Amino acid sequence: MSTTLEPTGTPVPSSAARGITGASVRPGDRVFLGLSRGAGLLILLTMASIAIFLVVKAIPALQANTANFLTSTAWFPDQSPAVFGIAALVFGTVMTSIVAMVLAVPVGIGIALFIAHYAPRRLATALGFVTDILAAVPSIIFGMWGLQFLTPHMEGLGEWLNTYLGFIPIFTNTLGLYSKSILIAGVVLAIMILPTISAITREVFVQVPRDHIEAALALGATRWEMVRLSIFPFAKPGMISAAMLGLGRALGETIAVALILSASYDINRHITEPGGNTFAANIALRWNEAGPIGLSALVASGLVLFVITLVVNMGARAVIARRAEFSGAN
Amino acid sequence: MSGITSFEGDQSTALLRMALSGRRLPRWGVPAAAVVALAAAIGLNAVTGIDGVAGTLVVAILLFVAGQTGWSFSVEGRRHALDRLATTAIYATFALALAPLIGLLATVVVKGSQVLSSSFLTTSMRSVSPRSEGGGLYHALLGTLEQVGIAALIGVPLGILTAIYLVEYAPSGSSRHLARVVSFFVDVMTGVPSVVVGLFVYTAFVLTLGMQRSGFAASIALTILMLPVVVRSTEEMLRIVPRSLREASYALGIPKWRTILKIVMPTAIAGIITGAMLAIARVAGETAPLLLTTFLSQSINPDPFTGPQSALPTFIWDQFSSGTDASVNRAWGGALVLIILVMVLYAVAKIIARFAGVKKL
Repeated sequence: MSTTLEPTGTPVPSSAARGITGASVRPGDRVFLGLSRGAGLLILLTMASIAIFLVVKAIPALQANTANFLTSTAWFPDQSPAVFGIAALVFGTVMTSIVAMVLAVPVGIGIALFIAHYAPRRLATALGFVTDILAAVPSIIFGMWGLQFLTPHMEGLGEWLNTYLGFIPIFTNTLGLYSKSILIAGVVLAIMILPTISAITREVFVQVPRDHIEAALALGATRWEMVRLSIFPFAKPGMISAAMLGLGRALGETIAVALILSASYDINRHITEPGGNTFAANIALRWNEAGPIGLSALVASGLVLFVITLVVNMGARAVIARRAEFSGAN
Repeated sequence: MSGITSFEGDQSTALLRMALSGRRLPRWGVPAAAVVALAAAIGLNAVTGIDGVAGTLVVAILLFVAGQTGWSFSVEGRRHALDRLATTAIYATFALALAPLIGLLATVVVKGSQVLSSSFLTTSMRSVSPRSEGGGLYHALLGTLEQVGIAALIGVPLGILTAIYLVEYAPSGSSRHLARVVSFFVDVMTGVPSVVVGLFVYTAFVLTLGMQRSGFAASIALTILMLPVVVRSTEEMLRIVPRSLREASYALGIPKWRTILKIVMPTAIAGIITGAMLAIARVAGETAPLLLTTFLSQSINPDPFTGPQSALPTFIWDQFSSGTDASVNRAWGGALVLIILVMVLYAVAKIIARFAGVKKL
């Protein structure tokens, strides 16, 4: 890198030695560097101001709140003694994301394996294209589809879970109603984060050195043993961070969840029953009817969501950074 | 494999192959198992009360997996049985991913095409009640084109400049640490939920700076969402441009900024445009930030800076939430238009990428 020639400012021989080290810079360069550095700084400024503005605008509601912000399951920020808390939101967000992850991580890894190492080359390209299209579908359309098409088809599954696995508390259904549930929201989220997970894992699977794969096969390993011996150990950091990036997307998904869930504000452990709410959906649904303190309370809940997704995403980046070759940029 | 099978007639080769690879299932084994499983499931369906096509299919798949694995276990041993099980599972995941995509596209096309007409595209919802038929989404389409257009006008140049800074200037300059921080936060920015970006634009620009809730406020939110995607894809393209091109230009005494503009950018431009189009396609369907930063409107407002302005996602949201038959149909029509818009952007991006990628030396 250090041997790279930088453009010289002056073609005059006397200053050639100075020019090669880049000591003189032309005005055009200065302007261009200034512009591009400015753009970079603007990104830092944006991230910083997102954090600052959310904190500042959340303070009024947090000061007015008479309940415990973390443990209360009520949301009445515009009453005269404001009462609100995020416990129900935490529960709903975590549960929908868990359902989504349980479904999407194995399937996403399977798809990536299929495209990278099982499917014929030409088919693999087409299939990669198909998962990309899935990623491009707007989330509101997933929400409508989940509500109108998937919900009727999921009721059978809900009944089945209640009948045969009902002894497990989360699958119990005492209402006999199976629509607008956390389970359905989780399934839709799973479909939505599938492309994220499979695209990143696929990228990592393709980078597994050919030698590792062929060495395993030459020793008589079956294809599955090759996958376990050569591909998974090499790709593990990439797979973990792909899952975490998918989780980040599931945690912050708004409109699809807002359409599907019944927007009740409580903690309902039975995930096949209607109910539940998430941070993002709650903000979208209550936005237009909120008063000043209500808005501030929603900003406070948005701040919590921001911090959670920030931690998840930074974690994913940290895992991937340990093996720099997976960064995707190279 | 094919080299060995061509010597099938030779007795000793066949024996050698047996000794080397052990006993295997015949080639017709897998399809045969599938047919038998399906037949058995249909048979069971007739005898017992397994309900419907879905139930029969599930039973058939379970029978197939169990039968194939068991047969393979008894003939080929544990390792090959496990391998066949894993292969089946991996093929199944793909079918699982394909099913929702086909189902979703089919639903949107079938339901959406019922209301799609020229008047649907050219009229607004002004003085059309939720219950009555008719009306259209011209106002929303116009809003989306304006909001996304403004976002692209701001976001794409900013993203490209940032990527140029990260790739062309930062590694050799004194600001290596700054570049690392910028790069890290570009990654982090990718993961910020869109609803949080909407909250930020509302608190910063509407509450603090006194801007109206308007199409332009939505554009700012979309810009922030688009930016990291543009930066990352441009960065990737710039890194593929061979070093030798830059050095040849420097050797001719061309300044760095002209080298970037005249040599590096033209080489990578197709990839950069592709990345930008994908970023635009991604934000065109964003709903949450629009709900927070604009007011819904039922009539045409060509001015993104003042007054309520609808966009396709908020139009769909509004019509779907109204809940009458006519309005839900209009929502599906809007969904079809939105998906066509996104897919056209997407297809154009892919075509550009295919026909004019970075030329590798």
